[in-house]
Amino acid sequence: MRNLATLLFLGGLVFLLAAITGTLPFGHPPMLVGQAIQQAAKPEVGAANVVTAVVLGYRGLDTLGELAILFAAATAGGLVLGGVQAKGRNNALPAAGFVQRAGTDVLFPLLLIAGLYVVIHGHLTPGGGFQGGVILAAAFFLPLLARPSESLSHIWLSVIEGLAGTAFIALGLGALYNGDAFLTPLFDKGMFGELVSSGSLPLLYLAVGLKVGAELSSLLMRLAHDDGAAS
Amino acid sequence: MMGVAIIVVALTLGAALAVLLLENLLAAIAAASAVSLGVAVMFVLLQAPDVAMTEAVVGAGLSGLILALALRRLGLARLDVPTSGENTDA
Amino acid sequence: MSTSVGLVFFIGAIGLCVIGIAGIVLSRHLFRMVLALAIAEAGANLLLILAGYRWDAVAPIFTGTAGGQAMVDPVPQAMVLTAIVIGVGVQALALSLVIRIKERYGTLDMQEARQCMQDDLDDAGGVTPSRSRERPAGERPIPAPTVLNSTGGQHD
Repeated sequence: MRNLATLLFLGGLVFLLAAITGTLPFGHPPMLVGQAIQQAAKPEVGAANVVTAVVLGYRGLDTLGELAILFAAATAGGLVLGGVQAKGRNNALPAAGFVQRAGTDVLFPLLLIAGLYVVIHGHLTPGGGFQGGVILAAAFFLPLLARPSESLSHIWLSVIEGLAGTAFIALGLGALYNGDAFLTPLFDKGMFGELVSSGSLPLLYLAVGLKVGAELSSLLMRLAHDDGAAS
Repeated sequence: MMGVAIIVVALTLGAALAVLLLENLLAAIAAASAVSLGVAVMFVLLQAPDVAMTEAVVGAGLSGLILALALRRLGLARLDVPTSGENTDA
Repeated sequence: MSTSVGLVFFIGAIGLCVIGIAGIVLSRHLFRMVLALAIAEAGANLLLILAGYRWDAVAPIFTGTAGGQAMVDPVPQAMVLTAIVIGVGVQALALSLVIRIKERYGTLDMQEARQCMQDDLDDAGGVTPSRSRERPAGERPIPAPTVLNSTGGQHD
């Protein structure tokens, strides 16, 4: 009986989704907002990547909400995991071999450069704070896998995360000081296509990248270690 | 594009079915990363490179890493298929 | 032939959503539920991007070539960027809860964990337990007693 109910449920779900997507005009979206944003992105914001202009300029509040959700999830995860005692046979990470240690020593600066490049060039090429932040978190987590005895300090990671989040909000509040709305891009637009252009968008993405990187590094370290060192 | 789209969609749906049907949980995590990779390729085909990069980095990289670390902490990370029935599920 | 590509992508997106939701509903192991959640999120994000696609349009980035070419809709892409990152945050929190459940109850089977949680709730609320906590007293049916000999020994 359970299988029959399951099949009916799945069939109903497929029918519902197909009915909803069948009414979508695939290939010819109305693009009422998208068209206006495309025409206004170059003169107003000056970023070559229109998605960055939307994420940080036109929908900056959504990005602030996303940062808040990430912070809540990472903090709650850390809190839930923090009280767990190290039961079981051996929960410590096993010692890594020579290949892993040497490979990590080679990879760490490359990942650092790649992550910072993706973060800084978010307004010119596909990329941005979130992608680069995750690459930075991976870069800082790899040495922990190679040498499990050394670990980053949770306190420094929290300090970096807090400062980066504060910088993001401070850049947004600076626009209020100018008389514009919250999170309007500051500074001059600059020359189109240069690295230093489109106002405060690279700075905003730098803050986002550092915050996401520090947050995810802390979460990964807490998942890997369980020495009970909560901070 | 039609041929590439059919191949990528078929591989992604196959990997998604494998997540639910594989017994070894470590293999299921690898299949979930394959699903994210297939979805990232589909994003590239749909002219969305920013989203494709985010999905590849987050879905295939970070999510797989978090799942594997949690599996190791749960004590369920085994490299062989369990013969006992303690992992039976739908 | 031009509408078939859309059909292929829509089948993929709907298939991923359905497989994900089916996994969440039908799984008995909590870890597999988290994996199915990840698949369902990927399917939903794919549906959002499909809603913004435009025939013969390029990615929404101003390259050095002459502008004026049609671009795909950038707004769903910005939304999906946010959704993907939120998805991984939710997965991290779900995994923390799964680890905690395993440490507390020792099982990851959904029925057993739910029974243990119900017992904990009954204990905390001071309500009479909804099921007996005691183990069965012995094998059932009770085996027949062995017959004693008249001399005091035991022969069966």
